[in-house]
Amino acid sequence: MYNYNQFDHDFVRNRVKEFRGQVERRLDGSLTEDEFKPLRLMNGLYLQLHAYMLRVAIPYGTLNSRQMNQLAMISEKWDKGYGHFTTRQNIQYNWPKLKDTPDILDALADVEMHAIQTSGNCVRNVTADHFAGAAADEIEDPRPTAELLRQWSMDHPEFQFLPRKFKIAMTGSPNDRAVTKAHDIGIRMVRNDKNEPGYEILIGGGLGRTPMIGKVVREFLPKENLLPYVEAILQVYNLNGRRDNKYKARIKILVHETGIDTLRGWIEEVFKTQKAHHQAPPAEMIEAIEAQFQPPEFDTAKVDEDKLSKIISADPLLRSFVETNVSEHFDSNHSIVTISLKPIGGTPGDATAEQMRIMAGLAEAYGYDELRVSHEQNIILPHVRRDDLPEIYKVLKEAGLATANVGLLSDMIACPGMDYCALATARSIPVAQELLNAFEDLKVQQDIGPLKIKISGCINACGHHHVGHIGILGLDKAGVESYQITLGGDGTETATIGERAGPGFSYEEIVPAVSRIIDRYMDIRESGDDTFLDVYRRVGADVFKDALYPEEAASA
Amino acid sequence: MSIIVRDSGFEIDTWESDGGLFIDLEKYGQDVAEREPTKTAIDIPNDVTVESLKGLFESAAMIRIPFPSFADGRGFSLAKQLRQQGYAGRLRAVGHIIADQYGFTRVCGFDEVEIDDEMAKRQPEDQWIARIPKQELSYQKLLMGERSLRNI
Repeated sequence: MYNYNQFDHDFVRNRVKEFRGQVERRLDGSLTEDEFKPLRLMNGLYLQLHAYMLRVAIPYGTLNSRQMNQLAMISEKWDKGYGHFTTRQNIQYNWPKLKDTPDILDALADVEMHAIQTSGNCVRNVTADHFAGAAADEIEDPRPTAELLRQWSMDHPEFQFLPRKFKIAMTGSPNDRAVTKAHDIGIRMVRNDKNEPGYEILIGGGLGRTPMIGKVVREFLPKENLLPYVEAILQVYNLNGRRDNKYKARIKILVHETGIDTLRGWIEEVFKTQKAHHQAPPAEMIEAIEAQFQPPEFDTAKVDEDKLSKIISADPLLRSFVETNVSEHFDSNHSIVTISLKPIGGTPGDATAEQMRIMAGLAEAYGYDELRVSHEQNIILPHVRRDDLPEIYKVLKEAGLATANVGLLSDMIACPGMDYCALATARSIPVAQELLNAFEDLKVQQDIGPLKIKISGCINACGHHHVGHIGILGLDKAGVESYQITLGGDGTETATIGERAGPGFSYEEIVPAVSRIIDRYMDIRESGDDTFLDVYRRVGADVFKDALYPEEAASA
Repeated sequence: MSIIVRDSGFEIDTWESDGGLFIDLEKYGQDVAEREPTKTAIDIPNDVTVESLKGLFESAAMIRIPFPSFADGRGFSLAKQLRQQGYAGRLRAVGHIIADQYGFTRVCGFDEVEIDDEMAKRQPEDQWIARIPKQELSYQKLLMGERSLRNI
């Protein structure tokens, strides 16, 4: 866990003071609405369909129980008693009042949190693997680097008015859980042939209306060169990114139109200058950051696996929870628990204040005081002793938080859609809820196996539908909702943009259409281990299109 | 009339009344002999490359970079590149810049900002002075030792 030093405290408090002043200056007319807009956005405050929305940064998705409790308090004091965890590892409050926001920001600063640069055309909250520092497959914890980038990007004088927003994601594991290939910059921690640690840098990934997979711009960047190199990418983008059309303003379009090789040349040129003009961060600062991400002092008493296994097999629900929601930790006495925020019939990613407090309490009692938010909108307890799993399950079950569906059909991503968002062209959450109702039985879901369904309520693709195994995009066709299906998308290290299956479906037709895809998969898979994505890649799209559009298949 | 914002506060712009000229980049190469270098400023567009200015900018007493909208941040990178390439003359930002951006202009290497009367009235001097960069609160200085830019 990163703890603020005096500098961080002073910086965040000063920022709150500045924002308080900006709100006052908006009210007294010093700032026009146009001028105020980017200033409130870079402090996390959006104007939504019905009200303001405040997006709070949870850098690289890591927080402690005190912070989670404060998020609960804020939701009760200034909102409606719940919050929405997002695909950017943030939390959003959907009903704050403009006049209260400076106070909310102060309450966040009390627990070393902020909402800086969670919106606006600047470098956004840096995201990272939600299993960082715990996963068995990790090369190196990406969070010290992510924290370095957080600090570097804070109020960066050159990059607050970029052509468009700019998102950086990191992974320290070869199994990419952070969708790094769909970000403006994706960073993978790698080793070179001399086994020295460094970074592979990708640029130009993104979803939205023009989905693109990021391209490698630097195969190996020595660690000490990270900041000048990232400065170089940003400077080239700031000067050359398109500003004539906001839909063509992301760096992915610059990469596409200029070509990765030409752009690499420009970046390398600027990088030389940046290196010459900047010092490397002082070694003691880097060490101080790294020291804060050391693993906790694990309880080394050996877990009695025989006894545990008997307890687990005696309770089918517990067993299913452990099979589905528990992942391998690098320490054999410990596990990683994913708490699903996708209860059947609920809104994906929502948690009530009471649920937040329960999760915080579990982290404190059993989890070395650490929690994570995943981009799949779940909460993680990254370090728990395996013999505590039954007790943790019991507490979660009482709080309605023990849904055993992580990675399964009902562990869906859905954007807020037309119920909240001013940009949306269709509803997302009700589609998710109806799908959940149709596949209510967890046993059926477990039989179907790993399946990622992702739903966006407009072309901006906040629900990441392009990288869903089954993606659903809600559009407005002459005043009527129309849902388009994409197939075969993948957000991991084998990232792929899903392929459009064909004409859209109405709101009433979409759930049966998805059911037909799943039925077809169940019919043709060779075994229970033959996943949807494997089958799709093997047999191709046509087999599924025939299931989606039976009339056309019959007449062909 | 234009107001010049500097760390010392608002000033009336006296560049032209003191005999100074603003010359557009495309005309800068013409009639060089008839101009006094210390009285000559170049107006450069914000989509120019610093590379293409080499051989020109070194001699200018002032370079003026436009901000057609406060949301167009190209001027910040352009100023920084000019300073990194060794430009040591006066560097002025002109156009739609708001007080909240004053610190950014200064850290990126501008000496001053030129705003119109309407802006000077709407956002008076104290709002700009409040945004003189606080170097003690700069992560970039802390991490990278910003040392290339002058007058900070």
